[in-house]
Order: sequence, then C-alpha cells, then structure tokens
Amino acid sequence: MGFSGISGRVPRVQAVWAGRPANGQPSKDAVSESPADLEPKIRRIVTRWGHEPTALLQVLREVQDDLGWLPKPALSLVARLLRQPYSRVAGVASYYAFLCTEPRGLYRVLFSDNVTDRMAGSERLLESLCHRLWVEPGKVSEDGLVFVDRSSCTGMCDQGPAMLVNGRAIPRLDEARIERIFELITSRVPVPDWPSGLFVVENNVQRADVLLGHGLEPGDPIRAALQRGTRGWSERPANERSWREAYVGAALGPVATLEEIKRSNLRGRGGAGFTTGIKWEACRHATGTARYVVCNADEGEPGTFKDRVLLTSHADLVFDGMTVAAYCVGASRGFLYLRGEYRYLLEPLEAVLERRRRDKLLGEGICNQPGFDFDITIHVGAGSYVCGEESALIESLEGKRGVPRNRPPYPVTNGYLGQPTIVNNVETLAAAALIAVRGGEWYRGIGTLKSSGTKILSVSGDVARPGLYEYPFGVPVQQVLDDAGARATQAVQISGPSGICIGSAEFGRRIAFEDLPTRAATCSTSRPPTSASLRTRAAASARPAAWVPPCSCRPWRRSAPATAPSTSSTRSTA
Amino acid sequence: MSARPTFLLDGVEVPFDPGQSVMQAALAAGRHIPHLCYHPEFKPHGSCKVCTARVDGRMMTSCTVPAEMATEVESDTEELNDLRRTLVQMLFAEGNHFCPSCEQSGNCLLQALGYDLGVMTAGFRHLFPDRPVDASHPEILLDFNRCILCELCVRASREVDGKDVFALAGRGIEKHLVVNAESGRLGDTNAAAADKAMSVCPVGVILRKREGFHVPIGERRFDRSPVSDQASDFAPRKPEATRG
Repeated sequence: MGFSGISGRVPRVQAVWAGRPANGQPSKDAVSESPADLEPKIRRIVTRWGHEPTALLQVLREVQDDLGWLPKPALSLVARLLRQPYSRVAGVASYYAFLCTEPRGLYRVLFSDNVTDRMAGSERLLESLCHRLWVEPGKVSEDGLVFVDRSSCTGMCDQGPAMLVNGRAIPRLDEARIERIFELITSRVPVPDWPSGLFVVENNVQRADVLLGHGLEPGDPIRAALQRGTRGWSERPANERSWREAYVGAALGPVATLEEIKRSNLRGRGGAGFTTGIKWEACRHATGTARYVVCNADEGEPGTFKDRVLLTSHADLVFDGMTVAAYCVGASRGFLYLRGEYRYLLEPLEAVLERRRRDKLLGEGICNQPGFDFDITIHVGAGSYVCGEESALIESLEGKRGVPRNRPPYPVTNGYLGQPTIVNNVETLAAAALIAVRGGEWYRGIGTLKSSGTKILSVSGDVARPGLYEYPFGVPVQQVLDDAGARATQAVQISGPSGICIGSAEFGRRIAFEDLPTRAATCSTSRPPTSASLRTRAAASARPAAWVPPCSCRPWRRSAPATAPSTSSTRSTA
Repeated sequence: MSARPTFLLDGVEVPFDPGQSVMQAALAAGRHIPHLCYHPEFKPHGSCKVCTARVDGRMMTSCTVPAEMATEVESDTEELNDLRRTLVQMLFAEGNHFCPSCEQSGNCLLQALGYDLGVMTAGFRHLFPDRPVDASHPEILLDFNRCILCELCVRASREVDGKDVFALAGRGIEKHLVVNAESGRLGDTNAAAADKAMSVCPVGVILRKREGFHVPIGERRFDRSPVSDQASDFAPRKPEATRG
C-alpha cells in the first residue's frame, strides 16, 4: 500500500514520521501461515470446545485471538472441524463487529464512542492518536501495524474516555496516556506486556445499599435455599425429575425458594421489568428435555456499567443467583453471556468458577445434595448490541448470527436449543440470591409498592462523582443529582438513548416502574454548555439511564445494528 | 355445525385453523396481505415486515402472529400502506433494481408489490451498491443486485435440499447473500438447477441460464393481474417435490 492511500484528513505527517520505527519488521500475519500451520492451532481450539457447533462464535473468537484476524483458510478449517457449512461460518464471522475477516494490524484500537466519552474529549484524543500514528480512522496503517476506529459504548462511562486495545479496556484517557500508548505501539510492545496501570478499571461504588453491601459469603444463598426445603426433602434424590415431575410433594426446596422469589415481587433489571418469579415458574413448568439458566451480561445499552462492577466485585453473588435459579427451575446447565467489551473479566470469572467447583458450589452434588448438579459456561460476545435482547442472545449462545427470533414462542418454553430457558439480567440474579437468604417479605419491604427492592444506577456525565448509586426504588431524581454532585443540571437522560429525557421541572419524579417509564426516545437540548449531564442506569426500564448533555446538539449515533424494524426485537431481558 | 373460529380482518370475518398465522388464514380465505419474505411452502419468517398489521391495536407481523379468536386485525389502512410503501421504496433504493431490463419483470414480487402500493419513485437516494454477478455455475446465474434478503433461498436450501448453499453474511447495510464456498462462487458449491432453492427467489437474483424470456413480458404472472388479486395462490401448502 502506498502513500496515495492516505487522504488529506491526516495532516502534519512529517513530524510523526520521524518518530516511526523502521519498516520491514515482520508483522504477525496469518496470510503468511499455510493451512498446514493453521491446522494444529485451530484443531486445539475446536477440541477444547468439544467440537460443539454451538461454540462456533467462541472458536472464532479464540482463533482470532491467535491469528489477529480470520482469513478464509481458517474459516474453512473451522467449518470442516465443526462439520458446519462454510457459508454459516462466514456468515457468523462477518456478523460480529469484533471479528475481522480482513487484516486489522497488530494493534486494534477502538475508542468508545458514547456521548459521555465525547463530552470528555474522546474525539480530540482519537484525532491526536491518529495524527501521531499517521493513520485514518477505520483504515489499517500502511505498514499493517495499527488500526484505529470508534466502537459503541464500552461500559466505562464513569471513567471515560475509554478505549479497547486488542480487546483490553483502557479507561481515563488523556494526552499523556495517548502519548504512552503511541510509544508502546510504535515500539511494538505486545499488549500483554503493557504497564498494568493502564488497564486498571475503578469500581466507583458511590452508594451501596442492600445489594452492593450484601456481606454474604459465597454459597450462602444456595445453602439457604437448600435449608428451606429440608423438611421431607433431604432423604430423597434431588434429581431434576423429582423436582418437577415425580415427587411433586417432595420438591419443597425449589418450590419454597421460588415462592420467596414470587413473594418478593422482584422484577427484571434488564429493561422490560418482567416479574422474575413468574418467568422462573413458567420455565419450571414447561416441558422439555433440559432446562437452561442464562445470565445476560451483554450490558450494551450505552451508559450502563453496573454489571461490570457486579461481575468484578460480586461475581459469587451472581453465580449464587444463577445456581439458586437452576435449583428452582431444575436446570443443570447455565451460561454467562459476557459482552465482548468485558473480555478482560473472563479470566477472573473463570477463576471464580473454578474455586466454586472446588468448594462444591458448582458441579455435581452441590453442597453435598445428591442430584443437585449445575455448572456454568462463560460465552463471550463479539460486539453486537442486539445480542442483549434475549432471543438474539440465545441465537448467539448457539453460535449463530445474533438475530432476534420471532416470538412467540418465548424462551421460557423454547429457548436455548429449543428447550425451556430463563434469561435474567446480572443484577436480577444477584437480587434473587439476596432474596434466597433474606426472604421475599424482607425484600418487598424495600422500595415502593409496585417496585420492590433496590436499583443500581450507573451515573455518568457532567457530575462531580460519577459511578454506581444503589437506592431503594422510589428515589427522586433530584436526590440522585445531589448525591452525585451535579450542579445547575438542565436535563437528565434516563435509561440510555432508548430511555427518556427529563428537564429540571421533572427532577422530582421518582425512579420506579410506576413513574419514569420504561421506554422513550432520546432527547437533548441545545442550550449553552453550562449544566450537568449524566447518564444513569435508571430503574424505570432498567435500561441505562443517560443524562444527556444539554450542550450536546451533536447527533448521537447509536451503533445498534440496522436490523429491519421489528416488533419482536425490544430489548427485554428481565 | 362445526364452525371454525374467526377473526376480523378489516371488518370482515376470516376463518382459521388453530396454528395458522393471521396471514396464512387470510390468504387461504382469498384475502391479500402484502408480503415479500413469506412463501406458501415455508414457515413464516417475519423479516421483511411488509405484512405488518395492527392486531388488536398492536403492530405485529401478520405472517408470524398466531390467529386468535375474535381479534381485530387492520391491514388495508392508509397508515399501514404508507409504511409498506416506504419499506418497498427503501428496498428499491438499497439494491440495483432496473425493472425494464430485468428478466424477472412481470414475475417479480417486489415489482408487483410496488405497482400494487402505488410506488412512483424510490423516494430515497439510490445507494447503487457494487454487487458483481456470479455466472460461475453452468446452469444458474446469480444477480445479487436484486437481492432483498428474504432468506427464502437460504431456507429452501437448508430445509428442503439439505445443502446450505446460501447464507447471509455481514450486518446492517453490509448484510448480503453468500454461497457455500471459500471462493464465493456458486460454481464451487454443490448447487444444482433442480434444487428447491433455485425456484423460490421472489425477485430476480437466481436465474436459470438459457431460459430467458420464454414467456414474453406482458404475459407474465403479475402482468395478467395485480398481486393483490392472487391471494389464493399464496395460500399455505406443503413444499412441492422438485427432484425425483
């Protein structure tokens, strides 16, 4: 590729050019590898995933981690080893934003492109890095070293601007960090060897309530659920069949815990606000050969980052919630669908799962209860907003393109592999674990009449203290603003771009299912930039609430895939 | 009397069998609801959204929503036809559709629907995408310029032929039809002219070679009568065997 490929959008070339390393250093390039070289690598990955066609996306992700991109011979090999048509493999590889079917260089830099990132100067920093590297956004540098582009919100709005480098998150970008990153790239330091300080992600928990301050030990919720059913229960085999079909009278543990969940009136925190107990019960009563519990950690709504913190610091509570859910509905297999942007959480989460297996909190005979078998597999997404919608998420779990399904039938009867499946938000499952210990009556006593419990709000934007704020439902918006240190606020975007924008006259409104509604359009005012703007994960829809800047009259491009207008693709993972 | 259950379509009763969708029941009763990705021999797909109707006030794709007793369905209204017209216009603008020179003119569902809905212009700026044709197969020509991504060929090849010759790749505006070969050429797949997949395209993507203009333009299916008068031809039926 010659200089002619560089357009006039990248000025001041000479100064940067001087600092560039000599060309000619061999780049790790899959094109140079023959299919014979590829085969052992790919075979190893496919074998680790058990040759399961449902693992197609996971296999492609790992092949790309190894090769840097997905050349056609690699796709052919994956297709052959998984016994899948090439067209299907190519269709999946080209669907997910983070999978590249053409070379993208040694360093793939993606700037989070959320309105809060822009307010914090992300565009300026992107321009600055591009100038230094002499690249154009969206194009690979002419020596094949680096690719810089924008990506949808990476869930770091409380510490933006942020970027992903080869899938790893770097928050709190400023000129100094950009300079450092430029040096690391041009000296070709492999990303794993970059200073770990760059990758530190803060939790920023500003207000904890019953959930974030739960104080439970790993396994407490499971033991509480088992305890609830000891009467007439422990002597009998606790296999799935006995829970649901053969020994209905004996199945006290699951039923008793499910009753607590129903009594709590817990509603889904993912968007639609569906009553969790009813969902679980429907799955429990559905006919099928297997049941599945899916934790939706595809936290894609721009402005949300609560699931990131829950999975960073309270992973045990989330896994306890999944295990309690499995106990209630009779599932023996669960999935955590982790959004690609949170790939850096994979190893810590796998370590937590491994520890739980050792402690008999996962695997066969959980807590020494014969027949209580349940294990969790983590699937990592690869950049697709729509996969947060539960039927698209299930498609993705099955290793397909993340396209929403027609409903009915719903996942509770026809979900993963056509079997009864519950898909719950991370926060919902954590709350369910809490309810398993403290009881439904206790939980119902928190919050308002129709919205029980607490809600974790992701607050970001023009506030002094961005971060997570957990409140009982019914908290007025003004109190959140005061606590977050917002001053002279003009407008607040609640529930992200799909949510609702309110002005100062409405700051007395409350965060609850019965007040701030679940869905509304994005809105921004165009007054002078004097006021606060923040985004919160609002209770109302459990969509991330974004507090859009009044100063933002820029079009705010949502990077949702342009699927056909669909009546069935509302984002609802309660 | 074993009266079948009915629902109301634009104020007129339509009987249905349990399990039928609103559109299947309507077409079986000779009532047309505009559609593109629906095919009488295949399970409804719900992707083109042209059949969107108001079912008890809610916008639903009528091909997938199950018919229910006493529901009120509005389909032939100005509001819905306006939206359908826009969808069809977007399809015209998104691909390269030159009806006067197209071998499928008169047999094309998109063209027929355009006439039926009174589409006079594309209404949007044409994207003029670059989509090379594939003439690699001895008997079949693929002209991707006309693809509306209904996935009928994908479904037919998978479900009837058991071949997976076609698939969709890409996403959003980049979404496109691909064939099952690393080379991307139909000639390198196991596709055969007798496959079901080769006879389901509602537009002019999949064409048989050396068969052009056997029926002169002017005497073709939708030249004879508008698509809305041919509802019964779209009534659901079992897939026809295409191979011996």
